[in-house]
Amino acid sequence: MDFGRISRRHLLQGGAALTLGAAAGLRPAFAADTTIGFIYVGSRDDYGYNQAHAQGAAALKKLAGIKVVEEEKVPETDAVEKTMESMINLDGATLLFPTSFGYYNPHMVKMAAKYPKLHFEHCGGLWTDKDPKNAGSYFGYIDEAQYISGIVAGATSKSGKLGFVAAKPIPQVLRNINAFTLGARLANPKATTQVIFTGDWSMPVKEAEATNSLIDQGVDVLTCHVDGPKTMVENAARRGAMVCGYHVNQSPLAPKAYLTGAEWNWEALYPKFVKMIQTGESIPNFYRGGLKEEIVKLSPYGEAVSAETRKHADDIKAKLTAGDYVIFKGPLLDNKGKTVITAGTERGQKDPELEKMDYLVEGVIGATS
Amino acid sequence: MTSETADPAQAAGIAPAADPGFLQRHGGSIEYVLIPGAALIAALGVFGGFVALFGKNPLDLYFYMYYGAFGTWFSWQNTLTRAAPLILTALCTALPAQLGMVIIGGEGALLIGALCATSAALALQAMPPLVVQFSMVGAGMIGGGLWIMLAGALRQYRGVNETISSLLLVYIALAVLNHLVEGPLRDPASLNKPSTREIGAANMIGSIPGTDVHWGLLFGVVAAVAAYILIYHTTFGFAARVAGGNIRAAKIVGLSVGKLILSICFLAGACAGLAGMVEVAAVQGRTNANLAVGYGFTGILVAFLARQNPLAVIPVAILLGGIGASGGLLQRRLGLPDASVQVLQGIIFIFVLASDAIYGRIGFLKGRS
Repeated sequence: MDFGRISRRHLLQGGAALTLGAAAGLRPAFAADTTIGFIYVGSRDDYGYNQAHAQGAAALKKLAGIKVVEEEKVPETDAVEKTMESMINLDGATLLFPTSFGYYNPHMVKMAAKYPKLHFEHCGGLWTDKDPKNAGSYFGYIDEAQYISGIVAGATSKSGKLGFVAAKPIPQVLRNINAFTLGARLANPKATTQVIFTGDWSMPVKEAEATNSLIDQGVDVLTCHVDGPKTMVENAARRGAMVCGYHVNQSPLAPKAYLTGAEWNWEALYPKFVKMIQTGESIPNFYRGGLKEEIVKLSPYGEAVSAETRKHADDIKAKLTAGDYVIFKGPLLDNKGKTVITAGTERGQKDPELEKMDYLVEGVIGATS
Repeated sequence: MTSETADPAQAAGIAPAADPGFLQRHGGSIEYVLIPGAALIAALGVFGGFVALFGKNPLDLYFYMYYGAFGTWFSWQNTLTRAAPLILTALCTALPAQLGMVIIGGEGALLIGALCATSAALALQAMPPLVVQFSMVGAGMIGGGLWIMLAGALRQYRGVNETISSLLLVYIALAVLNHLVEGPLRDPASLNKPSTREIGAANMIGSIPGTDVHWGLLFGVVAAVAAYILIYHTTFGFAARVAGGNIRAAKIVGLSVGKLILSICFLAGACAGLAGMVEVAAVQGRTNANLAVGYGFTGILVAFLARQNPLAVIPVAILLGGIGASGGLLQRRLGLPDASVQVLQGIIFIFVLASDAIYGRIGFLKGRS
C-alpha cells in the first residue's frame, strides 16, 4: 500500500514523464519482498473452490517477507493473461497462482513461455513435458476424502438414499461421485446415490432446484461437486436434510446438518511451495497427492455422526493416509451392470486409467449423458 | 444557467455576421462530446463517494483507475485487448438500432460465429494458413449473421419481438455450443474441460506487430468505420434511417423494409460472429464454454453508451476496456471487491441514459431562432 502512495505522489507531481522513473524506483523496494499473485475465477468468499485457494493465500500472508496480491472473478479468456501480466508488471509478482482449471491452456502456458524467469503454479494437474519448465500444475486426490465422506453419509442416512449435486459429467466429477458412493456402500451396502448434473460450475438456481428435488424424493444426506456448495448446504439444511461439504468447511452455514466434508488443504501446500522456491529447490512440475501428502483433508465430524461411525471412518482414513488402501478395485460394476474393473485388479490413486473415468458405479442413480 | 455559461451565447449573439457563431454551428456535435463527458465525470464522482463509504480514499481510486487503464504502455495494451471484442459486439446492437430495433443477442451470434469459424478451420486443416484464416472469417461472419437474421426474420414475417427473440437465441446458441463441444465436436483428449480440437498454432492470427493486442482491435475499428459510412453516407444507410424514423412513411415512399431489416440484422450478426472468430483464432485456439463470458452483453452497454453511433462505439469500448483493465488494480491495491467495477459500470450507464434529457437544452449551444 505504501509503495502505491509514494508512486501516486510522484506521478501527481511529475506527470506522465515521471511514471517510468517512479516505477523503476519502486523495483528495489519490491525486491526485498517476494510478491505472489493469486487469481480466482469466482469470488473468494464463495464457501467453495475459490475460498479454498484464498485460504491458502491467507496462509502465505502470514509468512515474513511475502506480499500477496489477489484478484477475483477473472474469466478464462485473455483477461487472465492480462491479469497475470498486470501482477508481474505493476505489482512485481514473481510467483503466480492462477487457480482455475481453464486458466492453464493456452493462457498460463503462454505467460510462462513469455516470462521464463518467473514461477507459475496452476491447480488442475495438467502439466505435460511439452509445457514450459517454469510452469507447474498440482492437484489433489480429493476422492479419498469423498470416500470417507461417503462412509459417514452412508452410515448416518436413515433412508439409505443419498443425493449428489454435480456440475458436469467429466472424469474428476464422476470420480468423486463414485468414491462417495463406494464409501457409502461400504457402511451400508443398500445405500444409493442419486446424482443430478446442473451443467455448469456455478448455477445457484439449478443447484437449489436439484437440492429440493432430491429431498422431495426421500434423500436425507446430500453432497455436491460445484464451485460454490453454499446453495446446496443452506437449502438442504433448511429442509431438514444432512449434508457433507466440499472444497472448504461449510459447517458455519449449517452447524447442525453438517456431517463432514472433503476439503482442500491448500493452506498446507502453498507455504510448502514457497519454502521450496526460497531454498532453491524446484517444485515438481506435476505435483499430486491425497490425504497422505496433506493436499486434501476432512472437516471435523458434526454432532449427528455416531461414535461408531467416527471410528469406522477414522480407521479407513488411517489406512488411506498410510497408503495401503485402494478405493477403486475389482470386481467393480457400473450402474448399467457392465464390469469396469475386473476381479483382482486394483487401481491405485495414481493409475492413469482413473483419470479417464466415464462411468457411474453400481449404486449411483443417474446417467453420464 | 450561470452567467458564465451564458456569456458565450451573448458574445456570439453580438457577432456582426448573420452567420451563427462557432458554438451554434457545431452545437450538436459539441453536445455529443460534452454531455456524455459530463455524465462520465459525474458518474466517477458518485463512484468516488461510494468508495469513500468503504473508507478508501477516492483520490487513490482515480489514480489507480488511470494507472491501470492508461498509465503505462502495458496498461494501454491491457485496455485495448479488452476493448477489441466489445467494438464488434456493440455493432451488433448499434446497427439494428438505426432501424429502431433493439437487438440484445450479440452473445449468441458470437458463440455461433466461434463455432462456425472453428468448424471451418478443423475441416480445412490441410489448407495453407491464409486460406484457413479467410475461411474462418467468412464462416464466423456468415454464421453470426444468419443467427441474428433469424431474429430479424421472426420480426418481419411473424411479428415476434426482436429483443426477446434475440435474447432467447443466446440461450439456444449456448445450448448448441455445449452440445457440440461435449458431443460430436469434442476432442477426446479434453477430459475435464470439454473442448473442440485445436485449430493449430499455424492458423492463429496473432497480435498486431509491436503489441500484445490481437487483430480483433483492427477488425473492430474497420467494421465500426465501415458501419458509420454505410449508415451516414450511403443511400442504403439513409433508407435504413428513414425506416427507423417512421416505418410506415418508409413503406409509403416505396422502401423495401423487409430487405432492410434482414440485411442490417445480417450485418449486425456478422460483426458479433467476427468477434467470436477472433476469440477463437487469436485467443483460445479452439471452442469451449470459455467463450461465453458476456462480451455480447457488455456490447449492449457499449452501444447504448455510444448512443448507437457506430463511430462512437470505438472510444466507448476503449473506455469500458479501461475500466475492466483497471478493475484488477482496484482489487489488488484498494482491496475492493470485483463487484465494485460493476457498480461503476451501472452508475455510468444510468448517468449517460439520464443525460439524454439534456440534449438540445444547453442554452449557449442553441442557435437563435
